[in-house]
Amino acid sequence: MNSKQMELNTVEVWDGNMANAQALRQAAVDVVAAYPITPSTATVENYASMHANGYVDGEVIMVESEHAAMSGCVGAGAAGGRVATATSSQGLALMIEVLYQASGMRIPVVLCLVNRALAAPLNVNGDHSDLYLTRDSGWVSLDSFSPQEAYDMTLMSFKISEHEKVRLPVISNQDGFMTSHTAQNVRPLSDEVAYNFIGDYKPLNAMLDFSKPVTHGVQTEHDWHFEHKAKQHAALMASKEVVKEVFEEFEKVSGRKYNIVESYGMEDAEVAIVCLGTTYESAILAVDKLKEEGIKAGVVAPRLFRPFPLVEIAQTLQNAKAVACMDRSAPGGTVGALYNEVAGALFNTSARPVLRNLIYGLGGRDMTINELCDIYRDLNKDAKAGKLTGKIQKLTGVRGPELSFYEL
Amino acid sequence: MSNQKEIKNLKTFSTAAERFEGSHVLCPGCAHSIIVREVLNATNDNLVVSAATGCLEVCTAIYPHTSWDCSWIHIGFENASTAIAGAETMNKVLRKKGRIPADTPQPKFVAFGGDGATYDIGFQFISGCFERGHDFMYVCLDNEVYANTGGQRSSSTPIGASTTTAPAGTVSYGEKKNKKDILSIMAAHGSPYVAQVAPNKWKDMVKKIQRGFDTEGPVFINAMSACTTEWRFKPDQTIEASDLATDSLVFPLYEIIDGTELNITYRPKNIVPVRDYLAFQPRFKHLFAPENEHIIEEWQKRVDARWEYLQRREEARV
Ligand SMILES: Cc1ncc(C[n+]2csc(CCOP(=O)(O)OP(=O)(O)O)c2C)c(N)n1
Ligand code: SF4
Repeated sequence: MNSKQMELNTVEVWDGNMANAQALRQAAVDVVAAYPITPSTATVENYASMHANGYVDGEVIMVESEHAAMSGCVGAGAAGGRVATATSSQGLALMIEVLYQASGMRIPVVLCLVNRALAAPLNVNGDHSDLYLTRDSGWVSLDSFSPQEAYDMTLMSFKISEHEKVRLPVISNQDGFMTSHTAQNVRPLSDEVAYNFIGDYKPLNAMLDFSKPVTHGVQTEHDWHFEHKAKQHAALMASKEVVKEVFEEFEKVSGRKYNIVESYGMEDAEVAIVCLGTTYESAILAVDKLKEEGIKAGVVAPRLFRPFPLVEIAQTLQNAKAVACMDRSAPGGTVGALYNEVAGALFNTSARPVLRNLIYGLGGRDMTINELCDIYRDLNKDAKAGKLTGKIQKLTGVRGPELSFYEL
Repeated sequence: MSNQKEIKNLKTFSTAAERFEGSHVLCPGCAHSIIVREVLNATNDNLVVSAATGCLEVCTAIYPHTSWDCSWIHIGFENASTAIAGAETMNKVLRKKGRIPADTPQPKFVAFGGDGATYDIGFQFISGCFERGHDFMYVCLDNEVYANTGGQRSSSTPIGASTTTAPAGTVSYGEKKNKKDILSIMAAHGSPYVAQVAPNKWKDMVKKIQRGFDTEGPVFINAMSACTTEWRFKPDQTIEASDLATDSLVFPLYEIIDGTELNITYRPKNIVPVRDYLAFQPRFKHLFAPENEHIIEEWQKRVDARWEYLQRREEARV
């Protein structure tokens, strides 16, 4: 690195956007192409400020749209270097076409996605509508629940993305505002440890390697398209093991342990909720409270959203009698996505718990610990009855008459 | 710009190491292939090329085949410019960081897009790249139609052309709008060099391409690309169709340097009436019906006025 050294304390007070920017700096990203959108804007602002002050020696291209941001990343990545961008919500929606192109071309790109609701109505706050929009795009997708985790996941994203067995783009998710704008203590690695952990970028089929001309982004028909997509899927599925390895290596350098499925209280839990993002941390507090009431509660959060850890989710939930899958996204005419995924994981297991779907927290609406406790108490009724005591889906925390759907 | 390369003669061109192989499935007679071949052969430097979705892309890189003996990428319909801007930026960074040794010769960066990709869907991206000043050459293969999807109008389609989405019918003479003046728009971006070229005037074309390659910053080349399938002439008439375009001044050949200096680079000895250009292409056939003749007159007036304007600007040096 030719850049100026940045002095870091053992504990820094960073919000999630700063955590992202610091991870980008320590990864010595070659090209960042980005476009601002709330609540992810500060990731690039922080990075641009580091650039302006000589702390990074890559290039920042402030393009004219998010579609161009991802297009620039793919072009720069194909040229043979490390690339990253950040976005949220409508920005993600605009770049989605290129997400498929990046993964289809097997270009390592790191996208810091600060989760936010999708319009209309326009709303800048955190929910998982944009995270869900990336579901079938062929990207590895990791979730973090705090600024510390955002920093750790973004750092690890580079190592996973560039791994020879993966060579796929990676999304590092965090909750809009709840994580992106909440300053907390973060323990950074030193620049040297962080950089060495990720390693130098090893280009593959680089356009700037003129000894070996390469054609990227071909046209295929029925004769080859299936094989390409099959191999891409196989690489994505195989990335799960790589993610586990990277988590283990990261534990060695940081002392922080991550699992592809995080859980709390599940050793003896009879009732459980499955959720993404910051709700996990609130649910831990609810679980502790309920244990005092004698309710055996637990919480499960897939940290790896893609590839979806079906087996690990099923194992974690094997003793639960009643489970609520919490979807922080408008359901769009069916049960929530996480419900579907978890139901898929449990269907072929012998112990099939009662499964509820709760739609909650849209557009940044709070989910309080008391509300979470109520959800657990309802689940407890299901567990005692051995069956669903209401409808499958409920919109919880919404004003007006109760909205429940899908009766068996 | 003084270090202009010698223009190869036809013989040298035909024996130059090919970077665009004939192994493609473009229609016989497609001008895209002539233009692309001449662009790539106009330099001996290493090339990094991007192509927008369109005839060129779908016909030249069909897995497991490729016609491109140089670094090449296709991402989408609209973003060939941004793809190459990304690669160009990466080249700068990797040299700065020493990951590409300083003595490695600098490559040239080129993006190709059809008129649909350029005038319409990709316009924002090109505009962004030009405003930011990326060092690359954008070549528009202007066949005045969305050829790859079967002949729909674009904002380059000229008035009176019959297309599948602006068809001539009992109450319509086809496309209602005049072609967008893309060259003026690109020059107004502050581009150091923009030019119109046509494959029939190949020496002029190669000279401009080489000038483009020698220019630092974003260069825009609008290349008239006669399309046998959509303009509906016989595959062996491509150059004849192009001759009619340049000799009728429907497609004048000129360049604009630094947004101001305008040079007309080809003055036909015998200017052909626009009517002859139109008569050659069945896409304008219906214009010769009495009720549509006024469109032909309008065409001629507009072409004359444009020629007059270009000459005045050339003289005035503004
Ligand atoms: C986002 C998007 N919209 C539409 C298309 C469909 N499409 C592919 S090529 C094309 C037309 C290409 O026309 P042009 O750019 O003029 O190039 P040509 O084929 O004429 O060379 C269209 C509409 C696409 N691939 N992507
Ligand atoms: S349709 Fe036209 S542009 Fe497309 S390959 Fe054929 S001649 Fe070329």
